[in-house]
Amino acid sequence: MEIQENKSTLIVEARDEQKIKKVWKTAFILLAITVAEFIMAFTMDRGLILYFLFIALTVWKAKYIMMEFMHLGDEVKPLFYSIIVPLIFLVWLVIALVKEGSDIFLMRW
Amino acid sequence: MSAHSTVIGVSSKRGVWGGGNEPLKASYGKLMMWFFLLSDIFTFAAFLITYVATRITYPAYEGPATEFVGSNEYWPVPELVFEALPFLHGVHAPLIFVGIMTFILIASSVTMVLAVEAGHRNDRNDVVKWMLWTLLGGITFLSCQAWEWNHFIHGTESGTVLTYINSLNQNVTETVYGANLVVNEYGPASFAQLFFFITGFHGFHVTIGVFLLFLCFYQAAVGVYDKRGHYEMVEKIGLYWHFVDLVWVFVFTLFYLI
Repeated sequence: MEIQENKSTLIVEARDEQKIKKVWKTAFILLAITVAEFIMAFTMDRGLILYFLFIALTVWKAKYIMMEFMHLGDEVKPLFYSIIVPLIFLVWLVIALVKEGSDIFLMRW
Repeated sequence: MSAHSTVIGVSSKRGVWGGGNEPLKASYGKLMMWFFLLSDIFTFAAFLITYVATRITYPAYEGPATEFVGSNEYWPVPELVFEALPFLHGVHAPLIFVGIMTFILIASSVTMVLAVEAGHRNDRNDVVKWMLWTLLGGITFLSCQAWEWNHFIHGTESGTVLTYINSLNQNVTETVYGANLVVNEYGPASFAQLFFFITGFHGFHVTIGVFLLFLCFYQAAVGVYDKRGHYEMVEKIGLYWHFVDLVWVFVFTLFYLI
């Protein structure tokens, strides 16, 4: 009787190897980008070009994490946009604070 | 049992105005997790953009890397600050340790996706297995961060001679070892302050995440989700855990690479 109560009524489905393969592929891409960033940090000269490349690669990684790992791409469009569209505010914040910071730099030094 | 178990979604008895339609096709819990994460993105973004703004108010270190000394006159080069490894005292290994930390967190994110995938298939054994790996990754990351903080706070053997205003409002010149919120041997005071606040806030999120992972692992192992009829909790906690990884990707770039 007890054994029967603990027994699950859920049906266990077989592994979808295709899906699992895709997960490992995404993981490999993330790893490859991180390694590339690492190599760039030691081989390239510091400067705006390198910083821009770092940020572009980071946003690219973020896209993979959100789309593949968090499955945001698989959600319906209204949900997708209600998460992505508010992030536009951050664009303003970046512009405003970078301007602020560079002005303080000019005042201070 | 199935007649009494919770079913995600809305019963057909409800009308459209009673919550009967589901425009976003996601359960309440999952939606709220997404909107919580959106608000958390803003918090972390505010922190990180503040870091960038503060950083550009200081000149960058221009000289050769081999002659680098800390100073509160310019911003330090991160690869010369974070260059130590546990058990290997005095070895110059720039960014190696933090690279390992990044790798651990990405790996634990991968095992989390596999746990979520197993949850979709109602496969308890696989969920338990992958949750355990994820939990292990989370604990390892936290341990690494504890070491990193410890090293950052205690500093190098030689320290740096700095002139600064101490907490008693006196202008002093002395050798500074390590870092605290008033002064640090690596760079301007705001460098250590931002380091403590941002990696601390991220570490706090990881700590919460580890608790949630343990809860989820335990409940999956004792069969709570089997009784409930679905493994959605794994998915929700998975979202949170991926978010922690997502934030670390940005912290890694802004703090350690740039």
